[in-house]
Amino acid sequence: MTATPSREWPLWEVFVRARRGLSHGHVGSLHAPDAAMALRNARDLYTRRQEGVSIWVVPADAISATSPDEKDAFFDPAADKTYRHPTFYSVPEGVEHL
Amino acid sequence: MNDNDLGDPDFLALIDADGRVEPRDAMPDAYRASLVRQIAQHAHSEIIGMQPEGNWIGRAPSLRRKQVLMAKVQDEAGHGLYLYAAAETLGVDRSELLDKLHTGRHKYSSIFNYPTLTWADMGAIGWLVDGAAIVNQVPITRCSYGPYARAMVRICKEESFHQRQGFEILHTLSRGTPAQHAMAQDAVDRWWWPSLMMFGPPDVASPNSARSMRWGIKRFSNDELRQRFVDMTVPQSQALGLTLPDPELAYNADSGHWRTGPMDFTELYEVVQGNGPCNAARMAHRVGAHQRGAWVREAAAAYADKHRAGDREAA
Repeated sequence: MTATPSREWPLWEVFVRARRGLSHGHVGSLHAPDAAMALRNARDLYTRRQEGVSIWVVPADAISATSPDEKDAFFDPAADKTYRHPTFYSVPEGVEHL
Repeated sequence: MNDNDLGDPDFLALIDADGRVEPRDAMPDAYRASLVRQIAQHAHSEIIGMQPEGNWIGRAPSLRRKQVLMAKVQDEAGHGLYLYAAAETLGVDRSELLDKLHTGRHKYSSIFNYPTLTWADMGAIGWLVDGAAIVNQVPITRCSYGPYARAMVRICKEESFHQRQGFEILHTLSRGTPAQHAMAQDAVDRWWWPSLMMFGPPDVASPNSARSMRWGIKRFSNDELRQRFVDMTVPQSQALGLTLPDPELAYNADSGHWRTGPMDFTELYEVVQGNGPCNAARMAHRVGAHQRGAWVREAAAAYADKHRAGDREAA
């Protein structure tokens, strides 16, 4: 028996817009030989119950990602800037609409 | 069991805080291997699980039942694919997992090695087998490994229709002619004990359970989940007007649980070892389907290559 095909179909990441007004969200991944088949497979796999009105597929190897090892250092710059949040500021009692 | 064998303090602290492990995080090799084994086995079970029911699509008693059964079998293919994708986030290839299934190095749930002899088996599988699967799977929606947990959320949402359609089939048969009632009872008689075996060996004989619990992969023991299923199912059997084939089954008022008679696990071990009624047939069918589909996979890849080449020339 031929255990593996000569070449495996590439992996695609699938993003679905659940309804108009929402952004696309990641739902999972699948294998397909090209983008057109990836979209069709994504429809059959991830929207069998009307879970979406629009699908994006992206070759998994086209995604650049931050490394989990450096996540503390990478996101550090935001950690000490609480003044970016409105709750950082004190407002005198009785002042409204601020 | 020593915590040192289970992972470094940072990893175990994440688990203790009920945090989630994501694909590219550092994780103990044994945690990764254990998840690959469990998720792949789960994926294989979904794919092999299409066979016993696929057997009845062409013989469903009405167009409505046929549509429903096709949708259910299609869902099982989908569940297999969600799970293979989750396993692949751990760094294994799809083809490697299929190869291990096809060569018997990976297992699938033994429940699918029983034959589906009558239409009522479609009811018993939906009600009992999918019912047991749901009880097993709901806690996995909180599994420590993020992609497995997320796949399981989708699966559990879809499984509830599977169980209800099975219950409906049995309910209809049970209220039908005496022959239909007898057919429903016969299916329940054959599927009840194998469904209880789906929860695995008793806790005292379950070698990997403690480690899986420590890692947040497993949340409840085999026996706890089995008891939960029994307690849910007995009242449903009464609503169906069917009996469960266990003369010792009785309600224990002190514990508030239904207690079954002793379970004969030697049968489970026999089926796991490959000696069930349909092990060889299931595997032959799966390998045959994979081989017969090879030309489709190759043609699709050739078509994609040709169009990629065309795109380059156009550019």
